[in-house]
Amino acid sequence: MFGAGPLAQRRKDVNFSVNKGLWKYLSGSIGRLLLLVLSATALSFWLITASPMNAVDAFLGEVNVSDAQRAHIEEQWDLNKPAAERYVKWAKNALHGDLGQSITYHIPVTQVLGERFKASLLLMGAAWVLSGVLGFALGILAAVYKGSWLDRIIRTFCLVLAATPTFWLGLLMLVVFAVMLQWFPLGLSMPIGRVAAEVTWAQRLHHLILPALTLSITGVANIALHTRQKLVDVLDSEYVVFARARGETKAQIVRRHGLRNISLPAVTLQCASVSELFGGSVLAERIFSYPGLGSTAVEAGLHADAPLLMGIALFSVLFVFVGNLTANVLYGLLDPQIREGGKADA
Amino acid sequence: MPELNNAARPLLNKRRKTLLVIGLGTFVLLGIFFWGMMLSPEAYGPNYSARRLAPCAAHLFGTDNLGRDMFYRTVAGLSLSIRIGLLSAGISSLIALVLGSLSAIFGGWVDTVVSYLVDLCMGVPHLILLILISIAMGGGAAGVITGVAVTHWPSLTRLLRAEVMQLRASPYVQLSRRFGHGPVYIAVKHILPHIFPQFVVGLVLLFPHLILHEASITFLGYGLPLDTPAMGVILAESMKYLATGMWWLAFFPGLALLLATQLFDVVGEYLKTLVDPYGSRD
Repeated sequence: MFGAGPLAQRRKDVNFSVNKGLWKYLSGSIGRLLLLVLSATALSFWLITASPMNAVDAFLGEVNVSDAQRAHIEEQWDLNKPAAERYVKWAKNALHGDLGQSITYHIPVTQVLGERFKASLLLMGAAWVLSGVLGFALGILAAVYKGSWLDRIIRTFCLVLAATPTFWLGLLMLVVFAVMLQWFPLGLSMPIGRVAAEVTWAQRLHHLILPALTLSITGVANIALHTRQKLVDVLDSEYVVFARARGETKAQIVRRHGLRNISLPAVTLQCASVSELFGGSVLAERIFSYPGLGSTAVEAGLHADAPLLMGIALFSVLFVFVGNLTANVLYGLLDPQIREGGKADA
Repeated sequence: MPELNNAARPLLNKRRKTLLVIGLGTFVLLGIFFWGMMLSPEAYGPNYSARRLAPCAAHLFGTDNLGRDMFYRTVAGLSLSIRIGLLSAGISSLIALVLGSLSAIFGGWVDTVVSYLVDLCMGVPHLILLILISIAMGGGAAGVITGVAVTHWPSLTRLLRAEVMQLRASPYVQLSRRFGHGPVYIAVKHILPHIFPQFVVGLVLLFPHLILHEASITFLGYGLPLDTPAMGVILAESMKYLATGMWWLAFFPGLALLLATQLFDVVGEYLKTLVDPYGSRD
């Protein structure tokens, strides 16, 4: 990434110890993941079973049935067995990839999750990339022109955005861009009344822009402020003073000394932000009636769809953990200082 | 030299400014709190002769589809938010205080268990956890308050744990122990007075999170009943009327919510400078 030559050679030398440290780290993480997933799903299961909402009522809706039929359903769903036993059964099935049947959709939970996740991934991915690139660029601009009006505008903008509730921002976006200017549609991931296959990518994109923009904004503020601070520190350092004395231009300094030092923490921070991204997507999808995982979670909760809710809980725990793990691994893998440190330990 | 003493001093030095901001901020927040509580429900009740009015002198934030005055509804909503915030901040910070001190004082497996609990609480996306707790409590106000109250302790727990650990290792605590003082004496006389200011600052800084999470979960339809004047309910309702151009239903209440949470943040940050003048200098 940063050119071949001596650096690549050195990278080869430390490769062995890196791998060893990495494997140790990964195996430790997987142990932690298992424990976390197990306890988080157990917690979710307990919370759902503690709920006074009746799953049988949710299933039947307005349909009237006799007590005997009710008892039959309860028996089929093992509702009369203790919660711990049901959890073990659920976990066993989950290991085989069977998360049960969704009560509201009448199809397997894995299928619902798969479909919704595709839509969510598009939304979250777009927002993630957008916030990363935009935040990074704004942070660099603010740091390079530190103290100027541009810096002040970017900083104020970020501080205000960081404090703004996502759902209010989404509503404002709707009012301005969808109702007043009518540039974008009011919601949904595609035009109404069309078969999914007929929808073009341009239409999809058109429907994606507002939710993605809303979702990305909190992230932009975080990355921009962080990047600005890091780059300001770098630009204050003695080696940058020396580089300036050598006659390097500002652009050269930023490219040669700045980017290398600030890109890694930014990437790490961005990876670690997936938990907030997930939470934000729940709100953004609700506002724009975007049929993703977040709005499914809300619906599942409101309709007491326990199997679907469990699936979503499991999925979100895995999702967040993978994000954090990626952040840690990237940090260890890409940062030469940490790599060297690992070598000294080994 | 008397001349020197007479030299013009700025009216507001940094300390005075800090105190002034804290005082004013607290005053405004308390004002909203009591105003909203004393407000009679008729002030934001339906008035069918004044429906769908844009903001004007009589109705600062406009009125909604039922002719309810949005300004008074917002005040009542913010007051409710602050009330929920107070209750849940109390519970959250108490959990943090107990877990943080236990973990720092006993160390070993207690510490491991506490860190594990922190990881567990942070491992599930916050909103999903809030939804699950709300379901477990059967929804409604109890669900929101419990959810918000029992999920906000991890960061404060970490902070307090680090603080107590540092204090425990400090020379005067070591010395006090050599003098034969018991753990209770040390905790009450040496450690608590030191962490109390940090604790208060942490508690105030929790408020923005608490209030916004309460509003988010209510917005999603899990929280407070639809007829309460809560910020989440107001904003969720406004969604229905946005397409008809009633932008003020979302704009002003949201702005008020943003300002109120920011005010808590400002008061908290200034309190932090007051409590720890060396730590927070930028």
